[in-house]
Amino acid sequence: MAVKAIRPGYHGEHKDSRDKFHGNILVYIDWDLHRWFPSPKAFPLPPDMPFGALIEAVLPEGFGQHPQFKEIDWDTVEWSLNQQPFTPDLTKGLEEQGLDHKCVVRFKTPELVESYD
Amino acid sequence: MQAKKLNVKDKYRLLTRDLDWEFSYEDRKEAFPYEEFEGIKITDWDKWEDPFRLTMDAYWKYQAEKEKKLYAIYDAFAQNNGHLNISDARYVNAIKIFLTAVSPAEYASSNGFAWAGRHYGGMGARVAAQMQSIDELRHYQTQIHAMSHYNKYFDGFEEFAHMHDRVWYISVVKSFFDDCRSAGPFEYIVAVSFAFEYVLTNLLFVPFMSGAAYNGDMATVTFGFSAQSDEARHMTLGLEIIKFLLEQHEDNVPIVQQWLDKWLWRGYRILSVVAMMMDYMLPQKFMSWKEAWELYFEEAGGALFKDLERYGIKMPGCAELIRKEKDHLSHQAWWTFYSWGQAAAFHTWTPNAEEMDWLSEKYPDTFDKYYRGRLEKAAELEEQGERFYNSGLPQLCQTCQIPMLFTECGHDEPEEISYRESVYNDERFHFCSDMCKTIFDNEPEKYVHSWLPVHQIFQGNCGGEGLDKVMEYYNMGVGEMNLDYKGSPDEQRWKKWKGVA
Repeated sequence: MAVKAIRPGYHGEHKDSRDKFHGNILVYIDWDLHRWFPSPKAFPLPPDMPFGALIEAVLPEGFGQHPQFKEIDWDTVEWSLNQQPFTPDLTKGLEEQGLDHKCVVRFKTPELVESYD
Repeated sequence: MQAKKLNVKDKYRLLTRDLDWEFSYEDRKEAFPYEEFEGIKITDWDKWEDPFRLTMDAYWKYQAEKEKKLYAIYDAFAQNNGHLNISDARYVNAIKIFLTAVSPAEYASSNGFAWAGRHYGGMGARVAAQMQSIDELRHYQTQIHAMSHYNKYFDGFEEFAHMHDRVWYISVVKSFFDDCRSAGPFEYIVAVSFAFEYVLTNLLFVPFMSGAAYNGDMATVTFGFSAQSDEARHMTLGLEIIKFLLEQHEDNVPIVQQWLDKWLWRGYRILSVVAMMMDYMLPQKFMSWKEAWELYFEEAGGALFKDLERYGIKMPGCAELIRKEKDHLSHQAWWTFYSWGQAAAFHTWTPNAEEMDWLSEKYPDTFDKYYRGRLEKAAELEEQGERFYNSGLPQLCQTCQIPMLFTECGHDEPEEISYRESVYNDERFHFCSDMCKTIFDNEPEKYVHSWLPVHQIFQGNCGGEGLDKVMEYYNMGVGEMNLDYKGSPDEQRWKKWKGVA
């Protein structure tokens, strides 16, 4: 039973389906183990945005406030997509390489342990 | 000759159970259409023990007496400029949270009891629910009146009603009551009367009322005393409803257990804000969140669930995770509000040196290790005039609607965000915890249309693009209600009144 309701067959409208975001998809992004940012952040992004643009334009806006952000070596960053290891293609669009609506993208910087100095 | 005055026993019978009647030409089932769909089986409503033992006329009399005393104190508080006697103006931010988040919940609760009461086939339960409905309405009103004095002198109170349906963190409490009010009458009363009023109420009211007492807030303390006898009745009702349901039919046991698991968790998630209030917002602290949880839940709740074992009820499994989160909860919650302090209708700040030491002492295993450095860095940035305000918007949990700020405390990885997800009708849904996922998985059709504030902002339903537009939509006075306490109009006024530079 998908819901306990007084009438059978009750169906709730999906409030956050892809069609409601004006052509964008929602992407949740977090910088692992950097809890200066208390939670992952949500970004509505064009599905054809190249992954390189996400690194260049979206991440600095979302995570650039951290003093260590500029030290990140993007060639050694470990990515995951929907909790699976992931190797992004910087030239391809987000959707083309599997970033779907409401996906979770995490990036890990193992050599950059969070510090505030 | 007939006695003019009824004795108490007769009066009680006539004014409660005797108000019911036999249905001679209507189908009783049609009169109480919500009584069966939840799967609860009631075999005999007469087994209901009235927990209040109160008739309506006596109820009005008691409440009127209390009201008279309460408002006399409110008047005295206002006439004597009671707001000048509080410990520090930072304290007022705790009661801004109370008015914006808790008081509307009282109203929702009043509404819920009125509705649930209408739908019980048993007269005893109907009368009890009616009285509690009126109590909750009274609490809503008396809280507003208790705080109206502060509203004259501090920012952040006046738009509480407007904010209720809009603001990102207030949606957490709103969704709790939307969830239980859109369930059936039995789930509603288990959620509110038992899980909240009986099991968790001491973790809401004691912190706020003791916090008020420790910080010189006579208005709120007096409200607390005036509500105390009501709360005692509500707790009695909570215990009665649970015992009644469990004794009525063995098939009720697994249903009630599932509700307890759900509502203990949903109630606890709301208490995140109480945790941070206790540990970070009270200038004069009386107890840490961790100590309160141990005293009021682990000890008192433990004994209660031991009592319920004979009915086949078990302590909800989430209690173990809550035990592990208690060393982290307040720090994570406060940091979230501090970092997004530009979008809160109360002020945030970094603890001073003395408060940091108190936190180290109360949280010896976690505060220095995980949280102190972050707060010290934030304080340093404040000194440099670069106070940190987090950019962007958080990912939210689909069930509790709190930002995904909780970490894997259950797996002893307190710096790893706790991610859970489910796919339903080809859409992915995200949760902060096993319980929030389980609650969704049990009734996905209910939560697919949750109004998640962050997503609503992106859809363009909250005033438009950009924080300025959203703040306007919230009626959240920029530079008045929000931002850091330091430099706020609240602080400036307070210093002027107190004659400090």
